Amino acid sequence: MNKKSSLMSRLAGAPYIVWAALFIIVPLCMVAYYAFTDSNGVFTLNNLSDIGKYADTFILSIWLGLLATVICLVVAYPLAYIMAQKGPEKQSSMTMLIMLPMWMNFLLRTYSWMTILEDNGLLTTALNFIVDNINNLMGAELSPVHLINTRGAVVVGMVYNFLPYMILPIYTVMLKTDRSLVEAAQDLGGNKLDVFRNVTIPLSVPGIVSGFTMVFVPSVSTFYISQKLGGTGTILIGDIIETQFQTANNFHLGASLSFVLMILIFICLAVMNRFSDDDGGVII
Amino acid sequence: MMLKRLSAIVLTVIILCASLSPAVFAQGQKKDYSHLKGTTLNVYNWGEYISDGQEGTLDVNKAFEEKYGIQVNYTNYESNENMYNKLKSGGANYDIVIPSDYMIAKLIEENMLAELDFSNIPNYKYIVEKYKNLYYDPENKYSVPYTVGMVGLIYNTKMVEGAPDSWGVLWDEKYAGKILMFNNPRDAFGIAQFYLGQSVNTTDLAEWDEAIALLKEQNPLVASYVMDEIYNKMEHGDAALAPYYAGDFLTMYDVNPDLAFVYPKEGVNFFVDAMCIPKNAENKEAAELYINFMLEENVAVANANYVCYASPHTLVLQSDDYDLKGNEVLYPAEEDMPKTEIFENLDYDTQQYMSMLWNELKIEGNSNMDAYVGLSVTVILVVAYLVYKFIKKKKREAYY
Repeated sequence: MNKKSSLMSRLAGAPYIVWAALFIIVPLCMVAYYAFTDSNGVFTLNNLSDIGKYADTFILSIWLGLLATVICLVVAYPLAYIMAQKGPEKQSSMTMLIMLPMWMNFLLRTYSWMTILEDNGLLTTALNFIVDNINNLMGAELSPVHLINTRGAVVVGMVYNFLPYMILPIYTVMLKTDRSLVEAAQDLGGNKLDVFRNVTIPLSVPGIVSGFTMVFVPSVSTFYISQKLGGTGTILIGDIIETQFQTANNFHLGASLSFVLMILIFICLAVMNRFSDDDGGVII
Repeated sequence: MMLKRLSAIVLTVIILCASLSPAVFAQGQKKDYSHLKGTTLNVYNWGEYISDGQEGTLDVNKAFEEKYGIQVNYTNYESNENMYNKLKSGGANYDIVIPSDYMIAKLIEENMLAELDFSNIPNYKYIVEKYKNLYYDPENKYSVPYTVGMVGLIYNTKMVEGAPDSWGVLWDEKYAGKILMFNNPRDAFGIAQFYLGQSVNTTDLAEWDEAIALLKEQNPLVASYVMDEIYNKMEHGDAALAPYYAGDFLTMYDVNPDLAFVYPKEGVNFFVDAMCIPKNAENKEAAELYINFMLEENVAVANANYVCYASPHTLVLQSDDYDLKGNEVLYPAEEDMPKTEIFENLDYDTQQYMSMLWNELKIEGNSNMDAYVGLSVTVILVVAYLVYKFIKKKKREAYY
């Protein structure tokens, strides 16, 4: 009986193992192969030594990705908390509202941000109207607002596109939190702040970590958002990689850049995981 | 009664003749393509580059499907390089591509195009003589011209003072943040090279260095490097100056009449976009049929009206249905004709060098003070927190 069920469970796992081998392991090996060879297929480290030139670009990508992730966290956490307190019907309609924009194509959403932020776009025109009025009424000399082709625009694009990936994991973890732990803390005389700080936050750390991963990774490697919203001053590492495959036809440099990016992301996530390690464990 | 029967016979004869005549008279010149019915044709073309039925125009692909019963699978690319990489990586199969001259030369050189069977493309005879046997395909075995055109400077008359006549205006600091540039290396370098008075086909790497220096100097003034996004930005007055293809200017001008166009005096790129069939095409005969269909008078006129690029088709140039007949932007008079140069296929080393310079240009504008400061602060905070946690844990352990 026991043996049979282990066979069954192994069979059940097979589709995923095949999937992982085909679409994760094999591509990774291909990336590594291209990263360490030149156009004649000979082993070389030249691609990797070229990467020094792009150090600034790596730094910028990680910085903007981090910024977007932190903003997402600040926006998402209270929202997830409020959602988890609501009744089931309200919860499902709020989840709906969060998911709704994701039904639209990602490229389309970013493209429309471009037209919103343009100098003659919706938002800029509205803001400049206000600025003009302030200038006229109060004699101030505020300069007109310029939004498109700035780093801020890129971060806005990232936050807008990836926010749901932060809200949903935190919300799910909070939903599963045992209410009796909160009640116990209250019974022991903790006020609202104490309960929130010592029970709710530590218990939601796994959600924060997975939300962080799901926002940070696509933000760091994005190219479409920075191309459409970032102008010439915000070229991210994703843009450079994309150019190698789309325009320059230099798969080797592209692969080695991807390779280094993967390692850097891995390091960032490893550091992030340190946060979830033991603190939560002590309390549970 | 007699009369009725007679008329019936006459009618029958007429009907018989009518139904037979195409078969009889067309024999020898028209082939039978009915076996292609139900097959699929993969067409890979530039964006906004075919009459697609918008605003009552002819939907060319649909008309082709109806005429031959061949399903057209139509997709777009943004630049020659884009298309090349898709073909080269072998990830997709196309039966028709419409690259520009220098890219056709490259594809021929790399043995990636199939020779056309011109017996399936009788309409080739309508192509203007001077656009046959061009340098990229000297014996005209692989390509049939679709459009021809030139690059020029588009500017917004409300935002730009006077009427510029030189590429130099793209380096004018007055228009910082309002200048757009091509987002493909060949066209972007071309502008700098014309301005410098170099040949766009130079293989002297020192000349490429000069060109990149000029582009780097321009980089802080450029709002962004664009291809098809240019429509939105120029039509809504979000940018003041942009080099682009003459035909596309006419499309933008329809939306925003404040725009104007000039061929700068230093010279401009002349190009031919031609229909080709990749070597690995799966439906070559249908592809030839499609090329022939694109050259039929009504189809060619519809495309020329829609795409707004200059046409290499004799019947289009004479047609009264052609809205842009004699348009001075597309067909400048002899004395207004700008200096032009075509892009040739560069040798491998020059291409690699150009790609490398292009990468350098792209990361040129990243000034990174904020990123360095921000990241260092983050790292310090994280380390401080982890140390704090570690000490706390040690203390707690000691306590227990």
